[in-house]
Amino acid sequence: MSFLTVQDVHHTYFTKDTAVTALSNISLTIEEGEFISFLGPSGCGKTTLLSIISSLLKPTQGTVLLENKPVSTSKNEIGYMLQQDYLFPWKTIEENVLLGLKLSKQLTEETKTTALSLLHQIGLQGVEKQLPKQLSGGMRQRVALVRTLATGPKLLMLDEPFSALDYQTKLKLEDLVSRTLDEFGKTAILVTHDIGEAIAMSDRVYLFASNPGRIHKIFSMPEELRILSPFEARNHEAYTSIFQMIWKELESLEPGKG
Amino acid sequence: MNQEKDKVELLHNHYIQSLKIEKRWVRFYQLIIFLLIFSSWEFLSRMHWIDPLIFSSPSKIWHLGIEKIQDGTLMINLEATLMETVAGFLISTIFGVIIAAILWWSPMISKILDPYLVIFNAMPKVALGPVIIVALSPGYTSIIANGVIISVIITAIVVYTSFKEVDPNYLKVLQTLGATRFQCFKEAIMPASFPTIISTLKVNVGLSWVGVIVGEFLVSSKGLGYMIIYGFQVFNFTLVFLALLVIAVLATIMYQLVGLLERKLIKE
Repeated sequence: MSFLTVQDVHHTYFTKDTAVTALSNISLTIEEGEFISFLGPSGCGKTTLLSIISSLLKPTQGTVLLENKPVSTSKNEIGYMLQQDYLFPWKTIEENVLLGLKLSKQLTEETKTTALSLLHQIGLQGVEKQLPKQLSGGMRQRVALVRTLATGPKLLMLDEPFSALDYQTKLKLEDLVSRTLDEFGKTAILVTHDIGEAIAMSDRVYLFASNPGRIHKIFSMPEELRILSPFEARNHEAYTSIFQMIWKELESLEPGKG
Repeated sequence: MNQEKDKVELLHNHYIQSLKIEKRWVRFYQLIIFLLIFSSWEFLSRMHWIDPLIFSSPSKIWHLGIEKIQDGTLMINLEATLMETVAGFLISTIFGVIIAAILWWSPMISKILDPYLVIFNAMPKVALGPVIIVALSPGYTSIIANGVIISVIITAIVVYTSFKEVDPNYLKVLQTLGATRFQCFKEAIMPASFPTIISTLKVNVGLSWVGVIVGEFLVSSKGLGYMIIYGFQVFNFTLVFLALLVIAVLATIMYQLVGLLERKLIKE
């Protein structure tokens, strides 16, 4: 059985005047340790699917199973990282990082030490007592990653976590995140609209089409790109051809444009 | 290099000096305005250009103040009013925040209560004064209730609005970390709303004085409000002005204390 199974998920948003189908007929499986990207134009329901998998949202139809159990029963097994860091400005970095442990009442000397050592591993020393606004955007996003990892989730959701950063910071963070997730053997799903990022980071790329949101095509990344770090992968010769291939598919999704 | 550093330090000192000078000028003009108001008040009253019977004069107020301090009546009235105002202020703020929390907790309750809140907020609450006094019998309780009723609903509405405006992504972060609704309230909603709560505190300082003074008008047994209504009835406007000045000083002190609390609570 697969690590994560999404089966026949449909989701419709209702308002007084409209019923918009955001997702239709989504089925996919993910194995443990894989890195998956959801790529597609905005409005194709990528974030909706992420919310459904992390059980923030109940789908109108369909099931999501994590290790054969419905995700709604799993607590703290799925970590979620947002586009912006959303660190609580009135809490110190330490308090922010330990928040998840505190909320689930797992805060002991041991878990605390582990979480804080994670902060060191990711290259942030001596910031524990500082407030988020004293840190740069890239540092804050790294703290957000540590906050997400601190509770030891089995599956990680990354909802465009690099899109609010400048290009250089983004490249560095991609490498860092990719390396950290490899070290801990985490399974991850990345939502992005950046083709390069999807190719460089993932094992498989799901291309989404919109109206209604559905899976259009699945690309498996070749072995030679997978073993490379995202930065190196961007410089590999296979990268360009895959980029072209995905680009063409994306173009074909927008009839009458470009 | 060292020369450069000295130069920066010198410029910085100049800057600090210029700030000090500016502050001194501000204080100076504030003092001038103060002296101008009171001296012209005194002068106009002595020259009978304004009716001294109605507008009194600073010197008369001063003498009456000393007299009232010596016979102890000012302290008794001041104590009563201050106690009632502080109590009314604290109770209305606490209850206002509790009501706001209940409204946030249950969207259903908030939908049901919405029209009643609007009506109650639009109504002139002081008009309820006579009813409160008869229901709770004249005394501290009814005066405090008068102070509470005037500000509790607006506190609830303003704080509830700020609860609702907290960035939903903070709640999303907490939910993915497995937080309960109570934990969401404690970790995100409440701390994010501190600035709004503080600013309603500032409004409530003024409102609870209104409620309490009106309450004392109606009960007419003790307090600064009683001094005003008594002075009005015996046509002793010096007494009215004395009470007004004391209220102005006390309200300012209370306002400053809230400002102090603000700096304590909101770490910048």
